[in-house]
Amino acid sequence: MSTTLIVAELHDGRVRKATHSAITFAKQVGGTFSILVLGATAKAAAAELTGFGAAKILACEDASLANYVCERFAPTVAAVAKSGGFDTVVVTASSYGKDLAPRVAAKLGAGYAPDINQVKVDGAKRVYRRPMFAGNAQGYCEITTPVHVVSVRQTEFPAAEPSGGASPVEAVALAAADAAASRVEFVSLEQGKSERPDLGEARVVVSGGRAIKERFAEIMDPLANLLGAAVGASRAACDAGYAPPELQVGQTGRVVAPQLYVAIGISGAIQHIAGMKGSKTIVAINKDPEAPIYQIADYGLVADLFVAVPELVNELKKQA
Amino acid sequence: MKILVPLKRVADPDNANKIKISAAGKIDTTGLEWKPNPFDEYAVETALRLTENGTSPKTRLGEVIVVTFGPKEAETTLRAALATGADRAIRVDTTDDALDGDLVARALKALVEKEKPDLVLAGKQQVEGDSNQVAQLVAEYLGWPQATFAGSIKSENDTALVVGREVDGGTLNVKVTLPAVVSVDLRIVNAHGVKSKHTPAAHAYPDGVRFAALMAIMAAKKKPLVEMKLADLAPDVALKVTYGAAELPPKRSAGVKVKSVEELVQKLKTEAKVL
Ligand SMILES: Cc1cc2nc3c(=O)[nH]c(=O)nc-3n(C[C@H](O)[C@H](O)[C@H](O)COP(=O)(O)OP(=O)(O)OC[C@H]3O[C@@H](n4cnc5c(N)ncnc54)[C@H](O)[C@@H]3O)c2cc1C
Ligand SMILES: Nc1ncnc2c1ncn2[C@@H]1O[C@H](COP(=O)(O)O)[C@@H](O)[C@H]1O
Repeated sequence: MSTTLIVAELHDGRVRKATHSAITFAKQVGGTFSILVLGATAKAAAAELTGFGAAKILACEDASLANYVCERFAPTVAAVAKSGGFDTVVVTASSYGKDLAPRVAAKLGAGYAPDINQVKVDGAKRVYRRPMFAGNAQGYCEITTPVHVVSVRQTEFPAAEPSGGASPVEAVALAAADAAASRVEFVSLEQGKSERPDLGEARVVVSGGRAIKERFAEIMDPLANLLGAAVGASRAACDAGYAPPELQVGQTGRVVAPQLYVAIGISGAIQHIAGMKGSKTIVAINKDPEAPIYQIADYGLVADLFVAVPELVNELKKQA
Repeated sequence: MKILVPLKRVADPDNANKIKISAAGKIDTTGLEWKPNPFDEYAVETALRLTENGTSPKTRLGEVIVVTFGPKEAETTLRAALATGADRAIRVDTTDDALDGDLVARALKALVEKEKPDLVLAGKQQVEGDSNQVAQLVAEYLGWPQATFAGSIKSENDTALVVGREVDGGTLNVKVTLPAVVSVDLRIVNAHGVKSKHTPAAHAYPDGVRFAALMAIMAAKKKPLVEMKLADLAPDVALKVTYGAAELPPKRSAGVKVKSVEELVQKLKTEAKVL
């Protein structure tokens, strides 16, 4: 029987919803699972996770974990995985999980399957499916080591719902930091202040491309506010500084799959599509009727965005 | 500063939608051109910027070594990096099928122990496997600090780097003391992405990577390129992750064009029911 260790992801002391996708993964794999929460206020966050059917919630609370530094987090994850005899360690396929997982895998001598979007269990054999080539191929891989480390895509593992019960919360000791930790210093975290939902969690995402130029906020904000949407952007818009880098959606940015995705002045390069093609409904507004984005959009409006977007805002207000 | 850049060739990423799956279920990229992995091209550019004064880039003020794990034909990619300014190249003879990220990392570790660079500067991910792991793995194997997804790097007298890491919520700034492993993200090649200890703070680079002049391409043919055997670096060549069959993802088909904003809103309400 399989025993899975889920590494929770926290943001401002709260559990990120992507963690619930990792729980779904653990339930699909079967057997039992426990959840490890690391942070300066891990015990409070652990309380958020007691209703999901975990064998245990393991809380490692220490002031040195206030800011994420891989060399301080990875040793505890590996130590808990080892001492608890877990055969699978799962993290979220976010910038946090992707930074952390390989270092944990190396400590455990484990194979690592990154960014998986499906798991198939066939007796003792487990096959992981993952997008490759900007999502233009799906590869099926197996891990040959006794312990597996995986990171799971939030968009393809639906968030687990609370299943009742009350998992016991247990404190676990902080393992000694890597020697290398003395050579990494957290300086600062520059976070875009925003009342909007996180890109990975939003029901609606409106994304802007290079075409919007310096008027990014002026054009995008009213629409996002009205729809309660998260704002995304293409690489070109981020590179040019029209939008901050953390808004980038795509192969090498955030991967989103909202109910509604609105692409505004975005051509639809394969790298962009890789990050949003799982959206339920896609709308594109682009003045070029041949833009590749129209090949995957459910609704296309061929128009000048500077006219169409304010019009859309007015129409939504009218019908509200 | 001495910098080691692992550099991989990849099937043309902009045409990745033209890949096929063979009858045996293998990914088939025939017909696509080989290109350097974009992130690795950025890593080479970053290494060059860190070893020069941006105002007089022809004077090299450090050493940049590029290494690839791949077949003979991958030397084209190494030569291209030499032409833009890298000093020498190493090809570790192998094929993609014989590798996983862990093996690349273990072999890199052995190479680092021979070459003793101050910095390993990798790409964030190679865009074939999209794995995003080699930098982190090699950092652990070396016991070095890691700073992944670097959107900016500022050298502090070549003993430490202040790295702006592009993370989901924003930018996480860390200071790593060398030797260290850094992986680069897209914004690193922006005008002010990289500041070496020599480059004036106000210096702005043109966005993107530099191109090689014809003369430099000729000269690169004479730069040292040595071949090594994978087993000499990593005696255990067993893979921790193996790939079986692959398949094409389900296609998403084109929908309809609407004539007006009113029609769009109507359709989103009544047809798609997402408003
Ligand atoms: C290694 C690598 C990784 C990458 N990762 C990503 C990624 O994660 N995400 C990503 O998005 N890209 C990524 N890219 C970049 C990608 O290849 C494209 O360059 C990028 O997505 C283009 O952005 P864009 O659509 O905003 O700009 P463009 O391609 O320039 O398109 C602008 C569009 O706006 C339209 N337009 C112009 N004016 C108007 C107007 N007034 N009204 C309406 N429409 C107008 C044009 O018709 C055009 O279609 C990556 C590239 C590389 C090499
Ligand atoms: N075969 C290879 N040869 C040289 N460098 C590689 C190879 N594979 C991966 N790398 C390096 O590791 C980075 C991350 O790759 P990956 O973890 O496989 O996505 C790449 O951007 C390269 O810098």
